[in-house]
Amino acid sequence: MIEIDVEKRVGDFSLVAKFETASSGVTALFGRSGSGKTTLVDMIAGLTYPDSGRISIDNEVMFDSSERINLPPEKRRLGYVFQEDRLFPHLNVASNLRYGCRNSIDAAEFNRIVDLLGIKHLLARRPASLSGGEKQRVAIGRAILANPRLLLMDEPLASLDSARKDEILRFIEEFSSSLEIPIIYVSHAMDEIIRVANTMVLVSDGRIAATGSVEDITSRLDLRPMTGRYEAGSVIRTRITDHDQRNGLSLLEFVGGTFSVPEIDLPIGQILRVRIRARDVSIATVKPQGISINNIFQGIITDIREDRSPFMDVLIDSGVPIWSRISRSSLERLELSKGQQVYAMVKAVAIDRHSLGSIRGDRKFE
Amino acid sequence: MPVLTEFESVALALSLKVALTSVLVCLPFGLAAAWLLARVEFFGKAVIDAVFHLPLVVPPVVVGYVLLLLLGKTGALGGWLHNTFGITIAFTWIGAAMAAGVMAFPLMVRAMRLSLEAVDRRLESAARTLGASPIRVFLTVTLPLMAPGILVGSVLAFARALGEFGATITFVSNIPGETQTLPLALYSLAQTPGQEHGAMRLALISVAVALVALLISEWLAKRIRDNRGSRE
Repeated sequence: MIEIDVEKRVGDFSLVAKFETASSGVTALFGRSGSGKTTLVDMIAGLTYPDSGRISIDNEVMFDSSERINLPPEKRRLGYVFQEDRLFPHLNVASNLRYGCRNSIDAAEFNRIVDLLGIKHLLARRPASLSGGEKQRVAIGRAILANPRLLLMDEPLASLDSARKDEILRFIEEFSSSLEIPIIYVSHAMDEIIRVANTMVLVSDGRIAATGSVEDITSRLDLRPMTGRYEAGSVIRTRITDHDQRNGLSLLEFVGGTFSVPEIDLPIGQILRVRIRARDVSIATVKPQGISINNIFQGIITDIREDRSPFMDVLIDSGVPIWSRISRSSLERLELSKGQQVYAMVKAVAIDRHSLGSIRGDRKFE
Repeated sequence: MPVLTEFESVALALSLKVALTSVLVCLPFGLAAAWLLARVEFFGKAVIDAVFHLPLVVPPVVVGYVLLLLLGKTGALGGWLHNTFGITIAFTWIGAAMAAGVMAFPLMVRAMRLSLEAVDRRLESAARTLGASPIRVFLTVTLPLMAPGILVGSVLAFARALGEFGATITFVSNIPGETQTLPLALYSLAQTPGQEHGAMRLALISVAVALVALLISEWLAKRIRDNRGSRE
């Protein structure tokens, strides 16, 4: 368990943060620039100190103002991947990677990580001759090879173009499951978080606005002012149960039913997170007949919110929360109200390809 | 026939010995001073900074005179050294090296300080998160990144020490074979009628030594740059 309860004041800005998260999987710290995310991870790493509070990881105290404990960064055994690569310019890639290896270094382990990150061919090169994506991969490798108990990543994709981002995201997905290192991932990009994170901590103006699963936080409309311009929608955890090769479809089971989507090249049993945009969900008050849409789910309206007119956002609980964006006139014509039973119609194509991030491991399917 | 006369080679050897000694002794102090000025905030920093720079602006004769007062046989420190350890500094080559070192010190500190200020401190904090103690960070990150500045500072100090005249002649006089470095020998010959040819030769030797020192430092600096693979 990672437990954080800290206060810090820098000029006019005050940071008061208290949250706990599991020391496994990926926890995202999400918030706008200037919300205090980087200060928070710097405090976990020991690069800045809270005015007061306590930070502990798996019951080992890193900082405790009341007991006057403050481990220096080199004693905390945390890996830190910064926004900039921060590679040592006077050392080649191999020496950079080995910098944090404490005394013993297992050659097999070294090779495994070098292979995983695809940087074997770079070992003899100097950082100055690497591309942005290569540098960031080496920086990730350097942090992992120091054998940290927790990996901190502060917007590691900030300086990369979208193709590189995708490449690095795949590495993060890969090693977060295969290396069993818990990760705290800082970002202000929701699409990155949906791909890699399990838990999400929402930081706003130096305060923790919410903590919960990525699915929950992204489905809450009241947090929308903080989750930002990210398009309204729901994130749903599913599992691949079947491939219908004749029709070119894959079946994704979730708590409220089964989605059929264009065939996905992943094995049966794979856990997938899908995103459904509110504007791709329509509402019917009676079970639709003679309609081409495959994905129709029964549910109950639990919330109705006004968005920028002429639209209204309607939350339908069909085992999982599904947001639907309809026009105000439709809402009035159908006389929709809270507690009413309706049918949510999701176009198969509306399942966002880009957010088909994979979550590996033997996580319990809920 | 040897290229250099005995008079010339004695003066040259002494000059090199004095200049190298002063640079080597100055290095750790220069590094400490650069660290103090670049990294530590303390009350009275501006005064300390000015004191370090004093030898640059004060007439060298004054520096030599102060050294004489302090370290001469009857001086406060010099008397104690002489009576307790039997060490004499005034009128010896060690005194010459000391005078040269004091005069060269500000140049060395300045170059080192600039290079230390240019070191990206974020790299140092990255090294800390990788488990390196502050001392290891200094030795493996800060010092290598400062290397060009240390090199430049040392070459400047070496050149300055090689050319030192006023403080040296005041503090340790002009004794052939002991304190008569190239500039002092040149001064002696220039004062002697009919020695213009010898004076010219010494002048050329001085220029040649300084030039070689600059070329070596350029070559080293290029090696450091190539080593980093920077494309500046």
